[in-house]
Amino acid sequence: MVIRMRDPFATLLAVQRAMDNATRNDWFGTRTSGGGTFPPISAFRRGEDFTIVAELPGVKKEDLEIEVKGNTVRIHGKKTIEYDANASVHRRERGEGQFDRTLTLPAQVDAARVTAEYRDGVLAVNLPRAESDKPRSVAIN
Amino acid sequence: MAAREVTLQEKKELAAAEERTEAGKFYSPYTDIYETSDAVIVTMEVPGVEKSAIDIRLEKNVLTVTGNIDSRKYEGLEPIYSEYNVGNFVRSFTLSTKINSEGIEANVADGVLTVRLPKAAEAVARRIEIH
Repeated sequence: MVIRMRDPFATLLAVQRAMDNATRNDWFGTRTSGGGTFPPISAFRRGEDFTIVAELPGVKKEDLEIEVKGNTVRIHGKKTIEYDANASVHRRERGEGQFDRTLTLPAQVDAARVTAEYRDGVLAVNLPRAESDKPRSVAIN
Repeated sequence: MAAREVTLQEKKELAAAEERTEAGKFYSPYTDIYETSDAVIVTMEVPGVEKSAIDIRLEKNVLTVTGNIDSRKYEGLEPIYSEYNVGNFVRSFTLSTKINSEGIEANVADGVLTVRLPKAAEAVARRIEIH
């Protein structure tokens, strides 16, 4: 008879992993990006300003939060899937859970003028470049 | 003369036989299918697809859902970093139970399409009472 032993390091590893995940939250902008891989984000430029587009199907607007600071933008929230308790599942491909991602942009952003739109599961955040970040021309005497 | 041996022929998988008239990539949306006592419910993730751009068909027990993306929303935007591609969605499912095609309902919210296919009366399982 084979007796399977529970991994004695499981609890320790779980605690360490939780600590790693907490430090990987890049709110203070120490690294380029933080968190996991959901949602997928694409960054665009329109002239001087940036637009971030993320696909978050099934996430409700009230479960979504966006924060901007300096040259980083953070998108976090949770995605929930609800269905009948006594339903029989044929196929389950959609994921659910918490997400938290931070993106570091190549320029400082004017936090006061940031706008965000969320439609049909797609979030678009417009981030205008801060005036203080733009280079100033110097006149030559 | 020795008879020729019959060789085994592997079955070939059918690749999509027809191409579509529209150019562009088509992706398969993530789908959950579950069944309640009176209906089959299909939920598909189709981010970026507006209600007017969704087409749902049920033909001979095959449910086909097509969703088109409006690429004009990306006009004037220069991509500098990308983690996902943008394209239309299409997916088909063969339904095992008989569906009452009159009562099919669908709604879209936050990029998720939910199609409710009520089972035909004769397909609903009947409970047998034990006396």
